[in-house]
Amino acid sequence: MYEELLKNTALADERFIVMTAENRALVKNLPSALGNRFIDTGITEQTMIGAAAGLALRGRIPVVHALSAFLSMRAFEFIRTDVGIANLPVKLSSFIPGFLSDGNGPTHQALEDINIMRGIPNMQVFAPADENDLVNMLPQIWNSSSPSYVRICHRPSDYQHDTNFEIGKAEVISEGIDITILVYGFMFEQAYQTAEILKKEGLSVGLVNMRSLKPVDEKVIISAALNSDLVVTIEDHFLTGGLYSIVAETLLRNNLTVDVLPIALEERWFKPARLNEVLDYEGFTGIKMATKILSYYEEVGEDDLNDNDKYYE
Amino acid sequence: MNENKIKDLESVALRVREHIIKMSTDGGCFVGASLSATDLMVYLYSEFLNVFEDNLQDPDRDYLFLSKGHDVPALYGTLIEMGILEKERLQNHLSTSDSIYWHPNTNIPCIEFHSGSLGHLPSVALGVALDCKIRGTNNFVVCIMGDGELNEGSCWEAVMVANAYKLDNLIFVIDRNNFQANMATEDLIPLEPLADKFEAFGAEVTRIDGHNFQDLEEAFAEIPYKTGKLNVIIADTVRGKGLPSIEARADRWFCNFSEKEVEELLDELHGNHTANIESETMMVR
Repeated sequence: MYEELLKNTALADERFIVMTAENRALVKNLPSALGNRFIDTGITEQTMIGAAAGLALRGRIPVVHALSAFLSMRAFEFIRTDVGIANLPVKLSSFIPGFLSDGNGPTHQALEDINIMRGIPNMQVFAPADENDLVNMLPQIWNSSSPSYVRICHRPSDYQHDTNFEIGKAEVISEGIDITILVYGFMFEQAYQTAEILKKEGLSVGLVNMRSLKPVDEKVIISAALNSDLVVTIEDHFLTGGLYSIVAETLLRNNLTVDVLPIALEERWFKPARLNEVLDYEGFTGIKMATKILSYYEEVGEDDLNDNDKYYE
Repeated sequence: MNENKIKDLESVALRVREHIIKMSTDGGCFVGASLSATDLMVYLYSEFLNVFEDNLQDPDRDYLFLSKGHDVPALYGTLIEMGILEKERLQNHLSTSDSIYWHPNTNIPCIEFHSGSLGHLPSVALGVALDCKIRGTNNFVVCIMGDGELNEGSCWEAVMVANAYKLDNLIFVIDRNNFQANMATEDLIPLEPLADKFEAFGAEVTRIDGHNFQDLEEAFAEIPYKTGKLNVIIADTVRGKGLPSIEARADRWFCNFSEKEVEELLDELHGNHTANIESETMMVR
């Protein structure tokens, strides 16, 4: 679906150029479809980004592909300096971020990409939940005049997302007064299960697919903080600089202090293995996260959690 | 190139050097690196590039990218002499009231892209050259790089990719002044045999005296050297060219001279007495 969308977009609009640093997993069939508007620079993430900036100077919209760790970090300074400073519409498609690098090992684990990309002025940052969400989001992202970083999750899913994606808007799956779970990207699927398990325990649980991380949907975060006892952030990202930080920044900016339980990788890389084993080992399965949240919720005690009434006085 | 033409270019270059020297006080600038690239820029804007005040948005214009960046005083001076930049703006050097500072930025007419971080613009120029090829335009894309800059691996990535995509519309000009920031290149990370390195990477290379307008004319007249090959011109230059008291010295890269020293250096530029330099020049920046 990703490849089809990109092919159709590029065929319909001459401005689009598809680039890759020899990471063709998502664009296997595009060389023949696009001819000289498909450019593979080989294993040169920095040069690909510099060249993408040059192409954008000529009015092109380059959609570039590389493995997340190398795109976001090897080429970071090129993204920041050549794309960011010039505010060029270079569209970064970041492949196998977070847990999706499964058995590759820590060299390939992009667990700080949200942190560093959102620190670049002008850069927009998105994290779709699955393939369906991804293709809902991309047309708007690619048509925007801003540079963007998309943390690609192209796994198929049965979940039918809201198709009315807007940049800067989250997708509210459900609302709850006890707990609201904020999640993005690949972890959406597990977080959905977590929410279902908690609901069966009799709790009122909200679930939000954050999907647009910069600009972020501040209203959704504030609403979760005001209307539920506990906010939980879930992400396959380091604790520093990701969604937990975004929530903290948002609440502080709005003069709110509430209970937030972060589920993230704290000062460590994850154990490389098959994806399902990674999730289980690291405690990121739906059931393990539900257990963790429930025990926190009970331990802290409902009464000691957010007393939201004060905000309404 | 006839003698009158050469004399004209030399007098333009002399005025550009005056502008550079005048910028080397009250905060200073990278005077040595600018003086080595002066004749290159004067030649390119006067004779080679089809870039004029009225075609700066034309997609068929030639492009010049300054990748080493800290030679931008030579470009400011050249653009003034070409009538593209107002001379008065140099009074704003290092003032927040304008955008005339130590590295290139696009608030200056004719500057296609900002630089300052080394090893970036070979790939940006590569992207522009790729697009010119895709669109079938006949313009040239020139990127001036420092020799010290060639320490950066990304320069060599760009050469390899340019070779792969047969970019004979792309010209990398190396300002071979034999110095990087604070050291002679051959004492730190030796570059020679430099032409062989580029040739081994698939480029067609010419090596010339970068201060000789006749040499420059001959080198650029032959471009593209060979169909499908990246063009590389190694321009042998002298850091600080024109000022014997600072020429080819590792400690005269970034200079912040007193006003009196600037007056003496201007005298020295015009072949009068040697300047007496007492200011400590900054070694590290």
